[in-house]
Amino acid sequence: MARYIAGRIGAMILLLFLVCLFTYVIFFVLSPDPAVQICGKNCTPDRINQIRENLGLDQPFLTQFWTFLSGIFVGRTYGDGSIVCSAPCLGYSFQSSEPVWDMITARLPVSATVAVGAAVLWLLSGISAGLISALKQRTWWDRSAMVVALGGISIPNYVVALLLQYVLVVKLKLLPFPQPVKFTDSPGLWFENYLMPWLVLSFAYSSVYARLTRANVIDTMAENYVRTARAKGLANALVIRRHALRPALTPLATIFAMDFAGLLGGALITETVFGLNGVGKMAADSITKNDQPVIMAVTLLAAFLVIVGNIVVDLLYGLLDPRVRTASA
Amino acid sequence: MNRQSVQPSPVEQGSPDQQALLEVADLTVSFPTPQGISTVVADLGFTLEPGASLGIVGESGSGKSMTSLAIMGLLPPSATRTGSIKLSGTELTTLSESGMRQLRGNTMSMIFQDPLSSLNPYYTIGLQITEAYRAHHPHVSRRELRKIAVDALDRVHIPRARERIDHYPHQFSGGMRQRVMIAMALCTEPDLLIADEPTTALDVTVQAQILELIAELRAETGTGLIMITHDLAVVAQVADQVVVMQHGDCVEQGSAQAVFSAPQHPYTDALLEAVPRIDDDIEDLRQVQRPAGPSSNRTVPGGSVSTGKEPRV
Amino acid sequence: MGIPAGLETQIDSVAPGGSEEPTATAGGHRQNALRRALRSDAAVLVSAGYIVLVLLVAVFAPLLTKISGWGPLEFDQSAIDPNLGSMPKGWGGGISGNHWLGVEPGNGRDIFARIVYGARVSMTIAIAATALTTLIAVICGLLAGFYGGKIDQVISRVMDFLMAFPALIFMIAVLSALPAENRQYLLVLVIAVFGWPYLARIVRSQTISLTRREFVEAARASGASGPRIVFTEILPNLRSTLIVMTTLAVPGYIGTEAGLSFLGVGVVPPTPSWGQMIASSTHWYAVDPAYFIIPSACLFLLVLSFTVLGDRLRVIVDSGEVR
Repeated sequence: MARYIAGRIGAMILLLFLVCLFTYVIFFVLSPDPAVQICGKNCTPDRINQIRENLGLDQPFLTQFWTFLSGIFVGRTYGDGSIVCSAPCLGYSFQSSEPVWDMITARLPVSATVAVGAAVLWLLSGISAGLISALKQRTWWDRSAMVVALGGISIPNYVVALLLQYVLVVKLKLLPFPQPVKFTDSPGLWFENYLMPWLVLSFAYSSVYARLTRANVIDTMAENYVRTARAKGLANALVIRRHALRPALTPLATIFAMDFAGLLGGALITETVFGLNGVGKMAADSITKNDQPVIMAVTLLAAFLVIVGNIVVDLLYGLLDPRVRTASA
Repeated sequence: MNRQSVQPSPVEQGSPDQQALLEVADLTVSFPTPQGISTVVADLGFTLEPGASLGIVGESGSGKSMTSLAIMGLLPPSATRTGSIKLSGTELTTLSESGMRQLRGNTMSMIFQDPLSSLNPYYTIGLQITEAYRAHHPHVSRRELRKIAVDALDRVHIPRARERIDHYPHQFSGGMRQRVMIAMALCTEPDLLIADEPTTALDVTVQAQILELIAELRAETGTGLIMITHDLAVVAQVADQVVVMQHGDCVEQGSAQAVFSAPQHPYTDALLEAVPRIDDDIEDLRQVQRPAGPSSNRTVPGGSVSTGKEPRV
Repeated sequence: MGIPAGLETQIDSVAPGGSEEPTATAGGHRQNALRRALRSDAAVLVSAGYIVLVLLVAVFAPLLTKISGWGPLEFDQSAIDPNLGSMPKGWGGGISGNHWLGVEPGNGRDIFARIVYGARVSMTIAIAATALTTLIAVICGLLAGFYGGKIDQVISRVMDFLMAFPALIFMIAVLSALPAENRQYLLVLVIAVFGWPYLARIVRSQTISLTRREFVEAARASGASGPRIVFTEILPNLRSTLIVMTTLAVPGYIGTEAGLSFLGVGVVPPTPSWGQMIASSTHWYAVDPAYFIIPSACLFLLVLSFTVLGDRLRVIVDSGEVR
């Protein structure tokens, strides 16, 4: 087992390295001269050269890449050694000169809040809707729930976001325009702030999960072991909960791991629409402004989360499915 | 519709005026299909005395499995069931669902053909046994339940029962799994055990063991048995009475001895003829001939009527 | 955007029909069964109808705008009111006989014309992306599944790599960094590059299970070569799954293009795209909701139609009426 995990972590590191390299190359080739960018207006050639030196932009590509890579683990220094960036060093933003690592850690809680809140909502609503639909197939509940779910997966996130904002904020004036609020400052306002992003995200995911749950439960209810459970005279609720639902949810758990991992990397569009100061919005902003260190860091973070999510999925399978967990006799 | 019924001979397990364990009369099961109403069991009737054994024989699609599901009340919701089914005098067809649930797994139990798919892979067999017991004896302690599960496995001769309680179905071999199913079915000491092709998915040698086991346990507990099978050899070994089904009809019934030695119906005859004998010429391998004439019964949607060449044990 | 992983897996869950024995020959008779099944299904008819409508609109865009009188790039200052902050005059964002769907606030461009040309963009990209993605996915999936071994290893690693990429971020970054010409080709390319692994995964697992079936062994035994087996035995049996999968994947491509355009890295203005129109409308939706609703509705209905069509196809295929 330990060997397996070691192998997976090894593969993960390799993958991350490749993503890193690939991204670095692309931006190295495509990005306009960072020195010019940082310098901004009123620039002099001298200043540009100095910046280039400080950032090591005059070095050959491989050296630059190596410096970047090692910087993540051991930190690096800029210029004459006066600027020390301690590990993990992801550089400094071209726009704001902030340490990128700090920018990420500052914004990660926001994205995490969005992800967790939405996840709770969509798991509860999606799974229960799907379960009820499966148990009451072809009734009006089933049909309407599935129609709603169909709409939910077809409508773009940003349309829902804007619609919701229009209805709740502009027309009904139930909620204020989203603004950054710390939970410690005002729980009520904090909740109101996150409510719409939560609703928007969970609507889409909930639809997916409802459809999936419905399909899976319908499948498991048709299994022979459910028939056995009924033949034993078990109460209906117990049959459903223990023998139909549990096997149906196992594939969902693995899908959820991937979805959640992806969401932690920042719900780019939702954060942008609602003006939330999370990793996603930072990514969107940095791209339009060509802020290379930030783009790199965000890409790495997202890839890291996805790869970890993959490993979690593997482990989950082992945990949840006894057939995988133990060798057969 | 050809039907010839021989008077079922009384089985000497109880006094003649003892109440029958199971009385089935005019049982009809039908399904709606795109092509119309399909009748899978038509006017079936038989009586089973306490502790006796009945074999229901037929090819795939003859309606024998549907009969067992009808008795247990486990038919799919789209099915229509009419007739009378009395278990020790209680009319099952008018019983509420909760009433049926009290009987299922308690007074009458069922085991199925494929033990692998019939056991939930996500739970230990210990749990699956104890939940059967607990459903009908809710106030039993955990320790007691565990003991019951261990005892159940012991009774079906699974070694190292205490350890194997915590194993999962995929960790058992096919024959062992069927033993587990039997243990699960019998742990509540039911009056009636319905076995739907319990040995079909197993090796021949394991088949014999399972049949022996069932016989042994029946001798201990006096449980009645309905054995559903397409294998005449199994019926011969196990059943006191036989019901032969074809296309949903009962074409012959009676004591096993009578039916096998002097079959009255051409179909039964054909079934027996189809069993290859070791001293036959190879050219004599026969298929079961369809009796000529229209049949108003249709086969079960999706079921296939196979030509049976039952292997002789 | 960010297609939830669950959606991919929904595509995954199209069962390979493992219980049915695939026949060794492609049947024209199967085609007819499919057509029959489709013709009787109301949902299929309506969604296919809408798709065809959008397609026709896209194809005949120039003709339609000639009839309606306004091109997508023309400004009509008379339709907007400078005193009201350039709001369109009239009800519904300026709907009138002159401008069938009203005008854009701020610049007075005819919305009908822009929708019609936006349909072009959506459909072109959808079709091109689908074609390219499916081509790559089928080739790689077949190779990996049929030959196994090293080929499979390499292809699977590449798939893992691409699936680990935060696609949206990457797409945005690449698109915004590159010059604006040929943006449409680039869009198709990035969508295909990041989209094919999800389809290939399914093709691969189906190919693996099909390769193990007896009829492939029989074909091999009778001396058929690898590629021949792939074309005559395996590909026909993949056909229905492919149809379902690609139909269900199209909404993703359309949504991706729209999402990228919404973020400003899609088709370059002033070329209209529904996503970009929605983005522009966000400033105005409080006062001119029509400008928001019209492109949103068109987009939503198109995605919905493909999803419904894909769903129905999947049900028909799974139920075994058609192989």
